Amino acid sequence: MLEHYLGLFIRAVFIENMALTFFLGMCTFIAISKKISTAIGLGIAVVVVLGITVPINNLIFNNLLREGALAWAGFPDVDLSFLGLLSYIGVIAAMVQILEMFLDRFVPFLYNALGVFLPLITVNCAILGASLFMIERDYTFMESTVFGLGAGVGWALAITALAGVREKLKYSDVPEGLRGLGITFISVGLISLCFMSFGGIDI
Amino acid sequence: MSLRSIMDGVAPHFEKGGKLQWLYPAYEAIDTALYTPGMVTAGASHVRDGLDLKRIMITVWMCAWIPVLAGSYFAGHQANAAMAEVGLTSADNWRAVFLDVLTSYDPASLWDCLVHGLAYFLPLYITVFASGLAFEIWFASKRGHEVNEGFFVTSILFTLTLPASTPLWMAAVGIIFGVVIGKEVFGGTGKNFLNPALTGRAFLYFAYPAQMSGDAVWVAVDGYTRATALGNAALGEDYGVTWSQAFFGNMAGSMGETSTLAILIAALILIATRIASWRIMAGVLLGMVATALLFNSIDSNNPMFSMPFWWHLVLGGFAFGAVFMATDPVSAAMTNQGRLVYGVLIGVMCVLIRVVNPAFPEGMMLAILFGNLFAPLIDNVVVQRNVKRRLARA
Repeated sequence: MLEHYLGLFIRAVFIENMALTFFLGMCTFIAISKKISTAIGLGIAVVVVLGITVPINNLIFNNLLREGALAWAGFPDVDLSFLGLLSYIGVIAAMVQILEMFLDRFVPFLYNALGVFLPLITVNCAILGASLFMIERDYTFMESTVFGLGAGVGWALAITALAGVREKLKYSDVPEGLRGLGITFISVGLISLCFMSFGGIDI
Repeated sequence: MSLRSIMDGVAPHFEKGGKLQWLYPAYEAIDTALYTPGMVTAGASHVRDGLDLKRIMITVWMCAWIPVLAGSYFAGHQANAAMAEVGLTSADNWRAVFLDVLTSYDPASLWDCLVHGLAYFLPLYITVFASGLAFEIWFASKRGHEVNEGFFVTSILFTLTLPASTPLWMAAVGIIFGVVIGKEVFGGTGKNFLNPALTGRAFLYFAYPAQMSGDAVWVAVDGYTRATALGNAALGEDYGVTWSQAFFGNMAGSMGETSTLAILIAALILIATRIASWRIMAGVLLGMVATALLFNSIDSNNPMFSMPFWWHLVLGGFAFGAVFMATDPVSAAMTNQGRLVYGVLIGVMCVLIRVVNPAFPEGMMLAILFGNLFAPLIDNVVVQRNVKRRLARA
């Protein structure tokens, strides 16, 4: 059983990396990767948010929204899954709000560094994507916890690597038309090429 | 009239205001390849080292010729042996025009095998060198920087990672991708973060898998298939070679990777002249041995789990990558501690991909690219730790 969870975790971190395999969460991935310290901070924030929201959404889906899930309340035929998107976003928004207040109070430097991008985690596609993958793959509660944490760690790893590369690229001499976003997109492409080494592993 | 006076005579055409001003990087490249640059240090405090960048690059380039010669011999030997087996008496492509005049196709003769192998290596190398250099000069003249000697190394190492039967146009596409996307868009040598030769090789691998992997590409005889030893091993079959054959290089594979012996000789020269970092090579070896031992101790029905580390060492591109590719000073970690960690990461990843990933029987290329990716981060951690330690001491 432990092996199953370990496999799931490794798959979420490396093989199905949110940022580099599915290219989810690109806006924050590219905007907040200029400095390693901020990237690590954002990475941790994403791990926390994913680690909490995916299992919560799993509970909501299995106990309220899924077809027949309301049988305990006397509505065996009700299928509320059309409310899915709405509820997942709500949970994520609430989580991010709490996280923001927590950071503001206890880790002010990170709060200032992340700025507007912390609220933007709410609409980060990697976060919603993880919840939707969880539904699609029909994970149990434990599985979705492991998957949420793994997806977060994978995304954090990717953004930290990109930040390292971009700190190095500060000393490069990029042609004028490619400076800024252009070269970052090329770098992300090359980084994703490096992550191809995991493609095809079957756990 | 000496060569020097010819070069000086045409110099005004290439300098500012001359008609061929846009070709200055090409002129400069030829000049500094032939002669020591005329620039001297003006100030007093300046670090002087006899081992300048140019000598470093040329030494690596010359060391690369050891695996070139060994690899060519064995590529020719494999081809000649295959021809004898199929019953061909003359090469089945345009190379026959030269080969029929120069040699026969006797697999036992040193000369025949070497010439046959070089007939594959040299056209590839010339194509790679010319097409890559053209783009390098184009960028250099547009961007106003000099053509760096690093391209000598990139071009020969790239060629060595190709199977002998690679079509020439494909080699050109690969090196151009490596040079442009892997290096020049970042501003040229020293400013990239991935090894340009491997970037080009990985691009080819994913863009043209049929010509870069499989069983039909390793021996340069049309229609003759022979799997690499790693390919055999992944299927749980007999490796097809003995350990000493693999060590000396008599097996199927890319041109440069076959002869571990030749690569080790080059490694000794590179370490003795302190050009390549022994820490990186030691790290790669350490990571590989440790991971291989770890997998050996696990029971599994995957035959790769039980491959011992001395086989990992001689098969595939492990030795070539560890000595020539991982030690690239630009894309590797720059701190001494970082180099060890970076090396270990590559060694671990290489065995991991070989053993666990059924999609890739060989893992060295992707493992080194993966290491390149994390090298800046490793350096950052080492530097930050150093800063902290010194602050605590003060």
